[in-house]
Amino acid sequence: MNVVVCVKQVPDTSDPDTEVHIDSSGKGVDQSKFSFVINDADNFAVEEAILLKEKHGGEVTVVNVGSEAANQVIRMALAKGGDSAIRLDDEKFAGSDPVALARILQAAIKDVSCDIVMTGCLASDDGYGAVGVALAQLMGVPHAAYVKTVEDLGDNKLKIGRELEGGLLEMVEIDTPCVLTIQTGGNEPRYASFKGIREASKKEIKVMDLAAAGLSEDQVGEAGSVAVMVQYSVPEVGDLAEILEGDPGETAGKLAGILKEKGLV
Amino acid sequence: MHEIFVLAEHRQGELRDVNFELLTLAGRLGGKVTSVLLGSGVDDFAGKLAGFADKVLVVDDPMFAEFNAAAYQAALKALVEQEKPHLVMIPNTGQGVDVLASLAIEMNAPFTTDIIGLAIEGDKPVATRAYYGGKINGRIEFKDAELYMMGVREGAIPAGEGGKSGEIVKVDNPVSEVAGRKFVEYVQPEIGEVDITQSAMLVSVGRGLREDKNLPMIEELAALIGADVSGSRAVVDAGWLPTDRQVGISGKTVKPKLYLALGISGAFQHVTGMKGADLVVAINKDPDAPIFQYAAYGIVDDLLKVVPALIDKIKEMKG
Repeated sequence: MNVVVCVKQVPDTSDPDTEVHIDSSGKGVDQSKFSFVINDADNFAVEEAILLKEKHGGEVTVVNVGSEAANQVIRMALAKGGDSAIRLDDEKFAGSDPVALARILQAAIKDVSCDIVMTGCLASDDGYGAVGVALAQLMGVPHAAYVKTVEDLGDNKLKIGRELEGGLLEMVEIDTPCVLTIQTGGNEPRYASFKGIREASKKEIKVMDLAAAGLSEDQVGEAGSVAVMVQYSVPEVGDLAEILEGDPGETAGKLAGILKEKGLV
Repeated sequence: MHEIFVLAEHRQGELRDVNFELLTLAGRLGGKVTSVLLGSGVDDFAGKLAGFADKVLVVDDPMFAEFNAAAYQAALKALVEQEKPHLVMIPNTGQGVDVLASLAIEMNAPFTTDIIGLAIEGDKPVATRAYYGGKINGRIEFKDAELYMMGVREGAIPAGEGGKSGEIVKVDNPVSEVAGRKFVEYVQPEIGEVDITQSAMLVSVGRGLREDKNLPMIEELAALIGADVSGSRAVVDAGWLPTDRQVGISGKTVKPKLYLALGISGAFQHVTGMKGADLVVAINKDPDAPIFQYAAYGIVDDLLKVVPALIDKIKEMKG
């Protein structure tokens, strides 16, 4: 079972100290204070890919669209059990929407023999949740989104569980090759071992630019996109909470008082 | 704007509320609103949708008894080619996300997902999306086309009153067979010891807890005030709380008298599940955390400092 897993490097917005400020162009955000991590759902996709490899054999190929800085998340996926990696890197890729991104990924994946392509189901920064499904259409293979469980039935079939609202699982049989977009929480992403990290540092990350991917300028970036984000803005905020001021002892005292007054304690 | 298709969503014999949100949004754009209902034995659903649409286009066939992205894509493609709407709106849900991008690419339609606002400028749609967990919004413009598709966030647009009485038009199933994918069954989420949808008081934790070894102080606080413990997706994914304690779109919708949100940023997926609480109090280090928009009272601080102090104060009060 060969698996391609697509990973994205994103700002660590789970850190409450990460402030998001729109830059002077209005089309970007100030990234100077961001720390970067693997996208949460992609981390679960990497684990799912490695679990399948451990159970059924085969190879895991890690694919990323990003600059050299993304080598950090690629190496970590290799250290956990990925076999090889491709990074698609060209300044012309900037501004790509999910369609253009899927096209770029497909250019790298088409030469890799694989049974399953996995992506995270949603990126924590732009949240389109569309790249995997778009990629399946470009590849002409079936897909399933929000996948939380994957079981190999043999005979080129998988039984997968898709997470719907309320936590309901929709069990589906799907033919391989296929694309699965992986939801968080279906497995327990491992930590890389020191041995894994050492070995990963020796593995080659193949880098492909626009020409190497066999793409033209009008297929990528804003030119190759069907939708373009033209202007960021700060959302209108509704009524904010009454903020209780003071040190923890004071704020806790005020809150305890409020809860008592409302008959909740 | 000419005709707008709005894909209807149902599962396990229920028409979901998101349908009326999308139909309400479509009705505001001007033009003819057509609800597209793919199902099996769905006369009842068609009647309900007609109250919010100018027309309900129904394909009633056992193939659509349950959702299947491949079957939906094939049927929608055929119906769109036949009726030529200018815009197709699909709920940005577990079902909708599974069909929108592939359908749009197959039909060469510019699209975007998870929109929270939509307007028509000239003859073209302009969409609003949220980025970075709702901290900023972005304006999306599209390439010129005859057909556009939008995934609309559940809960983003309040449903209106309806008041229409659209005609119900049944058409033959345009799809003969579906390859590559098959619905098997639904598996219900596990039921735990505590049903948090019935809890009068909830102490709820998010990433701000940092480590599961900090959970005992949360449990102590909850026990002290007679509350149950719930959490955000992040703490459930991390295995700190069982799945049945998860509040939000993919977890439970709760309506307690008190919802104490500790270290929860308030992403829409979470807020959807708790905004019906009578009183929300939030403690979070980030003063810009969206949770403060839903809370009556807030404390901008580290929950690990405030919670022990709160436990002491409540103990003192109780004497």
